Formats: sequence, C-alpha cells, structure tokens
Amino acid sequence: MSDTLNINLKVWRQANGNEKGKFESYQVQANPDMSFLEMFDVLNEQLIEDGREPVAFDHDCREGICGMCSMVINGRPHGPKQGVTTCQLHMRSFKDGDTVVVEPWRASAFPVIKDLSVDRGAFDRIIAAGGYVSVNTGNAVDANSILIPKDVADKAFEAATCIGCGACVSACKNASAMLFVGAKVTQLSMLPQGQAERESRVVAMVNQMDAEGFGACTNTGACAAECPKEIPLSVIATLNREYTSAKLKGR
Amino acid sequence: MKLLSFLFTSSIGRKLIMALTGLFLCLFLIVHLIGNLQLFKADGGYAFNHYAWFMTSNPLIKTVSWGLYAMIILHAVKGIYLAMQNRKAREVSYGVNGGSSNSTWSSRNMAILGSIIFIFIGIHMGDFWREYKFGDEITWKSYTQDYNTQEVTWADYTPVEGQKIYAKDIEGGHMLVAKDLYVEVWESFKQPWIVLIYVLSMLALSFHLLHGFQSAFQTLGVNHPSYSPIIQFIGRAFAILVPLGFAAIPLYVLFQ
Ligand code: HEM
Ligand code: SF4
Ligand code: FES
Repeated sequence: MSDTLNINLKVWRQANGNEKGKFESYQVQANPDMSFLEMFDVLNEQLIEDGREPVAFDHDCREGICGMCSMVINGRPHGPKQGVTTCQLHMRSFKDGDTVVVEPWRASAFPVIKDLSVDRGAFDRIIAAGGYVSVNTGNAVDANSILIPKDVADKAFEAATCIGCGACVSACKNASAMLFVGAKVTQLSMLPQGQAERESRVVAMVNQMDAEGFGACTNTGACAAECPKEIPLSVIATLNREYTSAKLKGR
Repeated sequence: MKLLSFLFTSSIGRKLIMALTGLFLCLFLIVHLIGNLQLFKADGGYAFNHYAWFMTSNPLIKTVSWGLYAMIILHAVKGIYLAMQNRKAREVSYGVNGGSSNSTWSSRNMAILGSIIFIFIGIHMGDFWREYKFGDEITWKSYTQDYNTQEVTWADYTPVEGQKIYAKDIEGGHMLVAKDLYVEVWESFKQPWIVLIYVLSMLALSFHLLHGFQSAFQTLGVNHPSYSPIIQFIGRAFAILVPLGFAAIPLYVLFQ
C-alpha cells in the first residue's frame, strides 16, 4: 500500500479573460497512483465542500489522445515527464511535501477563459485555413488503390500523431506554433492525397498562424522537447522549405 | 520583387533573412580572421598594413564591404525587431519558467548576445576602422622588401599634406608607404581593459554561433538524419575556433 503524498499546490486563478489572475495556495493529499488530473478532482471536491469556487481546467479523454489537459506544471507543459500529457502524469512523479506550481498555457494567441482553461480556437482556425484534403464523395476508395511507400507512410503518420494540445506553443519562449503547423503541413505534403492543395495549404496556414499572433520560431527546440507525442523538430524545417518554395513559385 | 515580399511580411520570411544574413556574416568572419592572422608575422607590420590598405582601397572589396555593413545592420535590426515581436506573443509571463530543461542557454539569449556583438562592432570600428579611414593620429611607415632574401626593412615615415598610401616595385624588390595600423593595434592591445572587452565579446560571439550556425540551416529547411549531425559538428567547431582565433590576437599582444 503506497503512502499518501502531501502536496502544496500553487494554482493560477483567474476569473475570466478580462480580470488579472494570481496564484492561490492549496494543500492536497494525493495517492501516488492518482493521475495529476485526479489530484485536481480531489482538490475541487475539497473546494466545493468548503463552498469555494472549483478550479476550471480542461480535460476530456484522460488517456492522452484528445490534447485537452493543458497545464504548465513547475514551468513545464504536462509536467516533468517526457512524452506524456497531464492526464498520463502520475502523482508518483512527485515527492511528499513537494510544492507544485500549476499555470495555464501562456500565449497571447491562447487567451485565458478561466483559471487553467485557455481558448485554443487559434489552432482550429489554422486547420480550417488549410489543414485538410479534398476528396470525392461517393463510395469509399479501396485503401490500397493509392500506393504509398511504407517509409513515407510512417513519416506522415509520425507527424499525424499531433493531438493539437498546444504544449509546443506553451513551451516556446516565443509562443510559436511552428511545431503544430509543421506537423500538419509535413503529414499532408508527404501523402498523394495532399498534393492538390500542397502549396496553397502551407501559405494559408502560415498566414493564419501569423495573424493569430503566435511568435516566430528561433529554433530553440523547446517545442519538440515538450511535445507529448514527440513530434520531431524536422517538421519545422519541412514547413520552412514548403513555405519558401510555395512563395518562390508565386503562391 | 513581389515574389520576394514574403521575406519582409511573414514570420518565416523574416527568419530567412536572419539565416541568410547570419551565414553571410559567418563567411565574413573567416575572411576577416585570415586577414588578421597577418598580425602574427614579425615583419614590422608589412603584410598586415599591405592587407589593410588592400581591403580599404580595392573597388571590389569596397563594394562587398558596404554590402557587409548593410548585412550587419539588417541582421541586427531584424533580430531586435523579431525579439520584440516574440515577446508580444506572450504578454503574461510564467511564474515558473522551465526553459533550462528543454532548450540551450544560447538559444534563449540570441538577442542579448547579438546586442553585445553589435556594441562590440561599434567599439571595434571606432577603434581601428574610423581611425584608419578618417583619423590623423596613426603614424606612417615605409617598408622595402628584397625579392631575393624576402627580408623586410622598415623606417618611420613623415607623411606630407594629403599623403596617399602607395606601393611600387623598385630595383630588386618592392616598397610600401602606408599608415601603420599594425602599431596602432599593438598599442591598443597592450591595455588590459581593451583586451578584456575583446575577449568577452568573442565569448558572446561564440555562444551566438553555437546556436546560430546550426539554427540557420534549420531555418533554410535543411534537417536530415545524415546531414544534420555534420552541420552540428561543423557549427560547434566554427563557434569555438573562430572566436578563439580572434581572441588569441589581443591576448598574444598583451602577454608578449
Ligand atoms: C558577426 C556577427 C554575427 C554573426 C556571424 C551572426 C550569425 C547569426 C546566425 C548564423 C544566426 C542564426 C539565424 C537563424 O536562426 O536562422 C543568428 C541569429 C540571430 N542573430 Fe546574429 N550574428 C551576428 C551578429 C548579430 C548582431 C550584431 C545581432 C543583434 C543586435 C544579432 C542578433 C541575432 C538574433 C536576435 C538572432 C536570432 C534570430 C532567430 O533565431 O530568429 N546577431 N545570428
Ligand atoms: S506538435 Fe506536439 S505539443 Fe504541439 S500541438 Fe501537436 S502534439 Fe501538442
Ligand atoms: S485529457 Fe485527453 S489528452 Fe489529457
């Protein structure tokens, strides 16, 4: 039977996008087998019992595939572990008596809605601008009728594992969205289905990215280091290449 | 021109400017370092002063020089502007910043390092370039080199009103009458505080290049499992050896 952990939490509380926020301190007793989000459930139950406002935080699948659980934990998106989301982080990664500071993603393009919950609509608008392929309606085409070499399919799939969580933006000192945009552009530019919009896509997505107020990439590599899906930095080089060649062709 | 307007209007375009000007500056560093190594020759400054005159009078080199000044200013202005834009992309900063666990120190401090280099370039050009081109404090020397023995002899020279630097072939050899930038450099680097400024600035340059060199290739879209390790290796060697070569000159003079 594992011991209970006493955790000193410092959580960012902000009533809405217009108010200024501040850190509040809480004490929580957590079981080492709890996920980080379950620890927050315990905190919120405690707060509700005390008649106080629970902490607003985003979550959905709680199994690392939806990308909702945005929390910066002790200065790192999704906490200290590599390749996991907050919902996949367990309290056994902390020690009894630890102070844990929890903040929202901070980027001008991701305004705070409340507490730890931010509006990531900017990502949706970037995808809407070009992160799609056009297909004919009607019967589904046989999966093997379009031949794709295995290594290309693997590379495209690696980029496709992006869950749109925004950890890359939150980790980047410039709040740049290049890893996210690079992942989508890489995935679609490698596949035959993505060729029709290849050039217009990358230009439209980068235009939207710039318009949303994300910063410019300075290749610090923080994004790839913190990405829960370990999307490699090379997708940014691909994005630079795709964008430059589309532009030089007059797109 | 319209095709290239994205270089100034998009985030990726601005980055391309940083990368292209940055790599051009890296090329310049090599040329500049090779020239400066003439200072190590014990020929009374004959080779170095010849080189300095060539660099400031040859029309082709003069044109490239003006291009270089433009590149430095473009790189610096764009770099500072980029850094300011990037700050705006995060209006509220983190309470706890985990930057050191996911990125290198130099990558996070390019603008500060660049600004140190920029100030240094100002000091350095004021010290030597401005003095050489427009000042009247530099003394003159005349040199003669014997073609058979390659031996160089020199003497102080008193310039006349409106004196021009010149070189000509003479019986059995070659002569040069030139401003003695060599002795100017030598005297400067006998002052420890000047040497300290130079050495610290080269340290800043080293860190700037440690991130900058390989970063430029990533910006240009070159990232490949076979080539990237080579680029990283060359980048690291460049970032250490080139600033070291520059720093060696003032240190050598000081401890001579
Ligand atoms: C001889 C001098 C210099 C050399 C060789 C040099 C070289 C470079 C290189 C190769 C890069 C990488 C470009 C990229 O990431 O794509 C870079 C980036 C940068 N440089 Fe310089 N630089 C020099 C001077 C300066 C000066 C004087 C400043 C500013 C005042 C400056 C500011 C910056 C900034 C802010 C960046 C980061 C830009 C970014 O990564 O987006 N540099 N430099
Ligand atoms: S690239 Fe990684 S960190 Fe960025 S949104 Fe996609 S999964 Fe999240
Ligand atoms: S809640 Fe879905 S990834 Fe964490």
